[in-house]
Amino acid sequence: MANMCPTKTPIPEQQPEVRNKNFEEVCLGYTPEQAIEEAKRCLNCKNMPCISGCPVNVKIPEFINLIAEGEFEKAYLKITETNSLPAVCGRVCPQESQCEGKCVRGIKGESVAIGKLERFAADYYRNNCTPEPFKVEPNGKKVAVIGSGPASLSCGGDLAKKGYSVTVFEAFHTPGGVLMYGIPEFRLPKDIVKNEIDNLKSLGVDIELNMVIGKILSVDELLENGYDAVFIGTGAGLPKFMQIEGEDLNGVYSANEFLTRINLMKAYKFPETDTPVKVGKNVAVVGGGNVAMDAARCAKRLGAENVYIVYRRGEAEMPARAEEIHHAKEEGIIFKNLTNPVRILGNNGWVEGMECIEMVLGDADSSGRRRPIVKEGSQHIIDVETVIMAIGQSPNPLIRNTTDGLDVESWGGIITDSETGATSKPGVYAGGDAVTGAATVILAMGAGKKAAKAIDEYLMN
Amino acid sequence: MFKILTKKVLNHQVKLMEIQAPLIAKKAEPGQFIILRVDENGERIPLTIAAFDREKGTVTIIFQEVGMTTKLLGSLNEGDFILDFVGPLGVPTHLDGYKNVAVIGGGLGSAIAYPQAKKLFASGAKVDSILGFRNKDMIILEDEIKKVSTNVFITTDDGSNGCKGFVSDILKQRLEEEKYDLVIAIGPLMMMKVICDITRPLGIKTIVSMNPIMIDGTGMCGGCRVTVDGETKFACVDGPDFDGHLVDFESAMNRQKMYREEEAVSSDHKCRIGLGGNQRG
Repeated sequence: MANMCPTKTPIPEQQPEVRNKNFEEVCLGYTPEQAIEEAKRCLNCKNMPCISGCPVNVKIPEFINLIAEGEFEKAYLKITETNSLPAVCGRVCPQESQCEGKCVRGIKGESVAIGKLERFAADYYRNNCTPEPFKVEPNGKKVAVIGSGPASLSCGGDLAKKGYSVTVFEAFHTPGGVLMYGIPEFRLPKDIVKNEIDNLKSLGVDIELNMVIGKILSVDELLENGYDAVFIGTGAGLPKFMQIEGEDLNGVYSANEFLTRINLMKAYKFPETDTPVKVGKNVAVVGGGNVAMDAARCAKRLGAENVYIVYRRGEAEMPARAEEIHHAKEEGIIFKNLTNPVRILGNNGWVEGMECIEMVLGDADSSGRRRPIVKEGSQHIIDVETVIMAIGQSPNPLIRNTTDGLDVESWGGIITDSETGATSKPGVYAGGDAVTGAATVILAMGAGKKAAKAIDEYLMN
Repeated sequence: MFKILTKKVLNHQVKLMEIQAPLIAKKAEPGQFIILRVDENGERIPLTIAAFDREKGTVTIIFQEVGMTTKLLGSLNEGDFILDFVGPLGVPTHLDGYKNVAVIGGGLGSAIAYPQAKKLFASGAKVDSILGFRNKDMIILEDEIKKVSTNVFITTDDGSNGCKGFVSDILKQRLEEEKYDLVIAIGPLMMMKVICDITRPLGIKTIVSMNPIMIDGTGMCGGCRVTVDGETKFACVDGPDFDGHLVDFESAMNRQKMYREEEAVSSDHKCRIGLGGNQRG
């Protein structure tokens, strides 16, 4: 008998006033009893609309059914048939616009908490089960994977399972890409990412750190040095600035720099660690995506009194996950929507304020979102010492500038066949943000899987 | 892990280390840099490549013990390891086609200017090296630079080597008789600015090497931004060399102050916990 409660089973979370002072995970996850209760809300629809909403087509009703039956390990294994990173996706996927957005229960009430159940199954497996030792006959072929974010992890993992000898080249001193440097601990604990990396290593994947491909070795050199194929999963790491007055003042950060200092370099433990970060009492974060929410919530946790999200459109247009907006508000982040910075004001080289204008929403633009228009005479100044620009990232040019025959879009994205991830250069594949521009973990992972399949077909024929 | 093969003390503040890094040595060119992290809690700092030996597979770094990380690095010895060493980063200096060049180094900048002088001299250019130091005890690389220069002029702020003054004074004198087709100026921001102010009215192309705060060195953080000709550039991927006549030095000098307070806190923290060997708090 289905649980007909119209709302999701409440999930334990740290209280807002407690968690906005620490970096521990916000959501504490379902207990087995709560997970079973929530799983029973699934109606097992015949046409399974949820699956069509998932970029990697996780067999959602099947794994939820297994949870309802208390078969947690089997539920995890069911998810991993199509998703290699369930513990990550359960935490960071925008479920409301994917699987949960299609859930029939969402028509009259709240959808099934598919993301939270996915996370439960993954956490249960990690804490209670031992993976079967993996054995596969090596097929003698070598593949180089550039970058170690979600696209690369899934591509490398799938190829290793097929018997390929896979080497992952990572530019940083820690593997994981945006999962390590970008997404904060309180949203995605780094132990979970490390666990995924360890899983990859247990499949025999070799991870070479401190290797900036395009500098120390080129893609062509990889192909000449015995790699039969190359996958480029270098993400979109290049921060955008607004090109307004005052962006060179001290106190202006890109969100990338702010988050990297905190997440990767552990500046929140300074001076125990050596990398500092300047937060200030009053902080403005410009942008409305997940990165903006992450930066704002980090600033709050590091002691800022007033943290503003400054976004030129309205809340309905915000690209951030609904849950992150909700959590940010609970934690005391102040939203200044329909507001756009004009210039950053400085005193003696340091930020002391940001001049903004108000906006109103006009007609929809090419992205389908209503275009913001300047409201005349609405100039005002916000007093801040820190400004964090979180207005997007573009693909890193290092690889495209050093690889002959690799076709790219005018904005820098690598051009690929959407079904295979094949680039214009034979034997070279690409996927994730390096191709699409900044998008989601699940899309990157899906692209990595497609490319792994295509690389296998390419090398076996 | 990257092994320290040799360590030399060049003066009481400046040390040289030869690091085993064959892949980087194979690709390195004058003007490029590496980023290193000494240990697990360490910060990432950029250091310019002072020399490289493709056959031995080594990269040489020369650094001044000014902050927490350079002091920690300086406390390591031959046979010790550096945890992370990444490179070669940045765009190599464009040196082709120049025939008469003044290479100007201020203090530690002399170490960064050395590979440029070496490459130019080897290509047959006339190289005047002009080096400035605070006093005679601070002079480094005198013999090495003499070997790769047509003329060498060494000046000290206090005159303790017998030649009192600044590199800018020497450059002005030289310009009375020389027609340089390129000036390379590497050193403190103020020195590079003064040199550019001299060469700008004469229309002599002047390359400066910027060394701002940096984390990843691959264009990802944007911390190393420098204003050049009114545009924001990233020193790690667009530089570190720039046309000195177009660099906004005022802004660069201001950005250098960003973590001055934290640097003091960090050094103080390490003093209190005792910075002996790799002992960490």
